Parts: sequence; C-alpha cells; structure tokens
Amino acid sequence: MKTLREIPIGQTVMVKKLEGEGALKRRIMDMGITKGTQIYVRKVAPLGDPVEITVRGYELSIRKGDAANILVE
Amino acid sequence: MAITIALAGNPNCGKTTMFNDLTGSNQFVGNWPGVTVEKKEGKLKGHKDVIITDLPGIYSLSPYTLEEVVTRNYLIGEHPDVILNLVDGSNIERNLYLTTQLTEMGIPVVIALNMMDIVKKNGDVIDTKKLSDLLGCQVIETSAVKNEGSMEAAEAAVKMALQGGKTTPQHVFSKPVEDTLDRIGEIADNFIAQENKRWYAVKLFERDEKALESLKLPQGTLAELEKAITSCEEELDDDSESIITNERYNAIAKVIKACVKKKRGGLSTSDKIDRIVTNRFLALPIFAVVMFFVYYISVSTVGDLLTGFTNDTLFGEWISPAVESFLVGIGCADWLTGLIVDGIVGGVGAVLGFVPQMLVLFLMLCALEDCGYMARIAFIMDRIFRRFGLSGKSFIPMLIGSGCGVPGIMASRTIEQDRDRKMTIMTTTFIPCGAKMPIVALIAGALFGGAWWVAPSAYFIGVAAIIISGIILKKTKLFAGDPAPFVMELPQYHLPTVKNVLRGTWERGSSFIKKAGTVILLSSIFVWFTSSFGFVDGTFGMVDDIDASVLASIGSVVAPVFAPLGFGNWQTAVATVLGLVAKEEVVGALGTIYAVAGDALELVEEGAFGELGAIAQHFTALSAYSFLVFNLLCAPCFAAIGAIKREMNNAKWTWFAIGYQTVFAYTMSFMLYQFGLLFTGAAGFSIGTAIAAVILVVYLWLLFRKGYVEKPTRLRSVDTVEA
Repeated sequence: MKTLREIPIGQTVMVKKLEGEGALKRRIMDMGITKGTQIYVRKVAPLGDPVEITVRGYELSIRKGDAANILVE
Repeated sequence: MAITIALAGNPNCGKTTMFNDLTGSNQFVGNWPGVTVEKKEGKLKGHKDVIITDLPGIYSLSPYTLEEVVTRNYLIGEHPDVILNLVDGSNIERNLYLTTQLTEMGIPVVIALNMMDIVKKNGDVIDTKKLSDLLGCQVIETSAVKNEGSMEAAEAAVKMALQGGKTTPQHVFSKPVEDTLDRIGEIADNFIAQENKRWYAVKLFERDEKALESLKLPQGTLAELEKAITSCEEELDDDSESIITNERYNAIAKVIKACVKKKRGGLSTSDKIDRIVTNRFLALPIFAVVMFFVYYISVSTVGDLLTGFTNDTLFGEWISPAVESFLVGIGCADWLTGLIVDGIVGGVGAVLGFVPQMLVLFLMLCALEDCGYMARIAFIMDRIFRRFGLSGKSFIPMLIGSGCGVPGIMASRTIEQDRDRKMTIMTTTFIPCGAKMPIVALIAGALFGGAWWVAPSAYFIGVAAIIISGIILKKTKLFAGDPAPFVMELPQYHLPTVKNVLRGTWERGSSFIKKAGTVILLSSIFVWFTSSFGFVDGTFGMVDDIDASVLASIGSVVAPVFAPLGFGNWQTAVATVLGLVAKEEVVGALGTIYAVAGDALELVEEGAFGELGAIAQHFTALSAYSFLVFNLLCAPCFAAIGAIKREMNNAKWTWFAIGYQTVFAYTMSFMLYQFGLLFTGAAGFSIGTAIAAVILVVYLWLLFRKGYVEKPTRLRSVDTVEA
C-alpha cells in the first residue's frame, strides 16, 4: 500500500487507513479525510511542499510529512 | 429576558459578514479570557435584548486546538439560548461535520445555509426541506454577502429560543457504536446532566481529556467505561475517536446523497485563478509582486506620508504648540506644561502616529484575507518558515516589521496556530525597523567610515536572530510537541467586499489604540518624568540638563551591567532606555548627552558624520558594533511593546517576550564584545572570555539538543488501573 505522499500530481486515490494517533490523526480526519474518501492530488507548492488536494469537494493544503500518515490505493 | 445567540460555523463560511449584517455597528470586540483568540459580541439589529456571540471559526469540537476548546467551554459553561450554525452551502459536506457535533450539545440549533448565491450560480440544487428533516433542525437559506436571509435566520433563532424548542440529533451511528454509547450513558448516568447526555456519551467514548477532566469520574466508573470502549474498538478495529469521526462523515454522506444534487462542471473561476496564482513557476514572482505592493504602499509611500504627517505636522506643529501656548497663556506651572505637552501629548502622539500607517496596512491585509490569497501565502511560504517553528504567514509580519514593528506585530493576527502566532510576535521586532536605521547609520558613518557592510549586516543579524530563536524556542516545552498537523483549507477566491474590508481595518486599528494606548502613555510619562526631574544642589526639581536627571542616576546604577558589552557608562545606558520611547531617540539622546553641536538625528540624516566626533570618541569600533547589536535586538519601543501586549492578551507572555528579547540581545552582544576583544588582540583571555564561551556552549546546546516531545496524554490512567 502507498502513502498519499508518494502519489503523483493529477491522480485520484482512495483512503485505506490512517496512521498516527491523538491530535494528529483527529485533525486530519476532522478535515474530512476518512476511510473510503476519494482524494485528488492537485498540485505541489512551488518549493516542493506542501501539496494541495481536493477532498469532499474542497481544496486542502497538507504537508508531505503529514501525508505520509495516510495510506491510500 | 435577554436571549443569547451563539453564531457558530467553519472558518471561511461567511460568519464575519453575517455577524456584521446582524449587528450593524453594535459590536464589542475583545479577546476570550486569557487567550489570543478574538471574541466578538453584538446586539441584534432592532432587538435590544438579543445578544449575538460570534464564536471562533472551527471545523470540529475536538479538545486539541485553542479555538475549539474556547468554543466548547463557552457552549457548555455559558449555555447560550440557541446556536445559529452557519453552513457554507457550496462546501456543505465538511461544514455539516461541525453541525453533527453541535446538535448533540443539548442546545437548540438553527441552521443558516449560507452562500446560496454561489450554490445557485454553480447550478447545484439543495433540498432544504429534506435537509431540515434529516438534520432535525430548521434550515434557512441565506446569502450573507448580499444581505439576504440573515435577518430571517436570526429571527428564527430568537423564536426557537423563546419557544424553548429542542434539537434532537437525527444522525444515527452504526449499531455497535450506538450500543456502546447507550452503555456509556448507563455507566455514567449519575454524573452527567440529562440534556447533555448524548454529548458526554460521545465524548467519553472518544476518551476526550477535557470532558473527563470536567466530570471527575471515580476510578471504578472509568475502568468500566474503558472496558465498554475497548470492546467496541476491537469489534470495529479502530480507535474510538476515529470510529466516531468516520461514523459522522458516513451519516453526512447519506444526508448529502438525499438532499444535494451537484452539477458536474469544468473548472470554476476560482480554479482558473488558482492555476495561475499558485503555479509552480509563476507563484513566487506573483508573490514577490504582491508583497512589494503591500510594502510599498503601507510602509514606504502612503503609510510613511501619513505617519510623517501625524507625527511631525499634526502633533509636532499643530497640537503640541497650540496646547503649549494655551497652557502658558493661562499661567500654568512649567512642570505641568512639560508633563502635558511632552509627556501626555507626546505620548498620545506616539500612539496615534502609528495608527494611519497601520490602517493602510490593515486595509490591504484584510483585502488579501478576504479574497483568499492569504491562505495561498501560507501555502507558498510554509516550507521555509516551518523549519524554524514559524508559519508561512509569518512572512508578512516580518516584511512589515522591516518598516515598523507595530503593524508588523499586529499583522500576526492572520496566523491561526496559537504557537506560531506567539513565536511570530516574539521574533518580528528582531528585524531592524525604520526607526532603528538612524542608529545603524550613526555607527556605520561615525565609527566605520561609512562602510557598506554595516547596514546589510544589521538585517543579517535580524534574520539570524529570528532563525536562532525559532529553533531554540521550538525545542522548549512552551512551544514544542505541537501535535496538530498543518492541514489548511484553501478557500475559494472571491472579490473582497468593501464593507468587510473597511470594518476589519477599523476593528484592528481601534483595538490597538484602546489596548496598547495605556501601556504607551504610562511608559512615556514615566520616561518623561525621570528624564526631566532630578536633584540639583540638593533640591529636587525640574532640570534642564539631562546629566542631573533621575534617569541619569538610574543610568549610572545600571551602567555596570553593560560594561562587559563594551559600553558601561551612564550615557549609553540612558540612551538605550530612551530608545524604548522610540528607537531613533537613541541617536538624539547620545547627541544631547555628549553635547553634539546641533541635532544629532539631523546630522546623521545629512550624513555629516564629521560633526559627530563627540559621540564617536566614546566608542571603539568593537564597542560601537556591540552597542548596535544590543539596540537592534533588545526590547522594542513602547508602541511595539503595547502591540505585543495587545496581541498576546496576557501579561505573562508579554513579559516573557520582552524578557527573552532583552536576554537574547544581551548575551549576543556579550559574546560579540568578549570574543572580539580576544580576536583583535585588544585583550587576553579573561573571565569575560570564559563566560562568553560558556554562553556560546549553552546556545549551541539549545540549538542542537533533542527537542522536548510532548507525551500523548490519553486515557492511560485507566489502563494502569487495569494493569
């Protein structure tokens, strides 16, 4: 299984599992990234981090380090 | 009977606009007790006894962020009569997530489905009637920007409160979860109020630390709860907090499926704009241009003109002389005239002098925020700034800080994360502001023969101080272990509305005058008093010569402290203290004390450094540079300290910030001077060198040690009871 960090721009993936715990995990989930959610990787910031994704119909910016906690396929 | 409506909703859902619509000019802006989160209250237009409280924009009611905790404490502790929940119809799925939590709190909820103009423009259709049934609360369509529906929504909320209506959450979780929640309700039945039963059951299931703290359950009950929770977690193979979040979004997905028909279209206008603005190659140049304009207008042209006008013309030529001649005319005592003209009017002028410039800056910042570009700035700059514990949005305060630290500090408002904001407030004034430039020019001109590198080195020192402080502070317990990830919404672009921008500008400007004003005024009066009074021939009275003033006496007591930095005489000590009034005063004060012919500040501006020999002869190149470094980094002027106090909203944090800056400045100058002495061969190895070496080691340790890591504070106490 891949993490969201490794997904190239322009691809749509589905969330399989979230790692981490407590505030970190809760924050990501509160923003709508839960099991079974579709994520479209939209673009990378000019300096290479963070990435912009589309989730539940809106745009979200997430650091690559945090994206590594999201397992997708 | 007065009714309180709590206005709740996600960030970027149009809450501020609606709040302004509903309350008009009847607003009180402040902070929530003891925290840096803004609190706004106002009376509903046309209703004397209806108060609307604007809650912080939040995505959830988790116990992890300051804003969310403030909101929860308010809703549970103050129990408003009704919640008016603003839901962004164009982003309904995520917005309803908060709604599912609000409806569980035992407070009646009315939903204002906002941004309906955008929903319709996009061609989407929302069945409001069905939505209302499925959520269990009344839904009213609004479009706050166009002032449509806001009043109806508020009136529906008032009606709900008057009728004592109830909201029962309609979303149901899956069977294992519901069974466990029922079980929790039974176990903790004696400890929770009936009206919040659902809320507490869910919170206990999540092992919410704040809820547990407030309920103070006995160990036996906790162990029983833990057993019920764990068995459900095993059944569903996830932790309880994630189970609830998942269930909420699943429930919302069902609601959405039944009520919302989205028209699938191509790229929206906002998408098209974003394609260009945050494009890999264009983003940085566009960013540079935007920042250049913000800086150019607020700092160097319009802002500078306005500040110059307020300081020099309005106060310098009009008000001060007018007040003085009036007081002299009515035969007022000299000391009183001095107090009023130099102390009070001068002090008030020092406060107001910054306001026009600040208003110009805020006008632009509000526009940037309102149109959605501010979030993109964080997106673009995040990578650089987060390395030393700051946010991408810290860029703006620092940029503005190079003009003036006061609006720079105030600009930190736009940073959401509490720790990032505090750290930005603490480090912004390290960047040399416009008023510090005369000090730099004096040292460069009079002691280094106008060497080209002195001015750039001042900026370099400022940036280095920010980076070093960022790394050091991030590793301390106060700032470390921030477990919240940086997940930030990038809102849709839209045209800023004039009304919003103007109101935001005014709010920030006036709150600075109110909150920072007293600090600045009192300190100005204090410095005026100590510098114009003193003992002459054994009698206490007003003195013409600053040599005889109380301040000079204080200066000679303090002076030895500065000796290891190379400038241990009362003259420089006094100049440094006067620098707190305004940094350019340092130059003026040195000129006065060392009896330079003419105004030292003007001589520096003219570049007549030959005339400043009287100052120069008291310094060596090394002690002068050490003096420069200290004055660049130490506590900022009173106006900036006032701004720090306004933003921190906490005396302890304000003192910590000022103390940190001063200690940092002192130790840096200490090392510079002592090592300088050694390496230039001016002195051999001494105790001073040894202390400097110790300081260096301490700094290196602070920089390279492993940071403090916050331990996860979950419900482990229960585990240990069982184990």
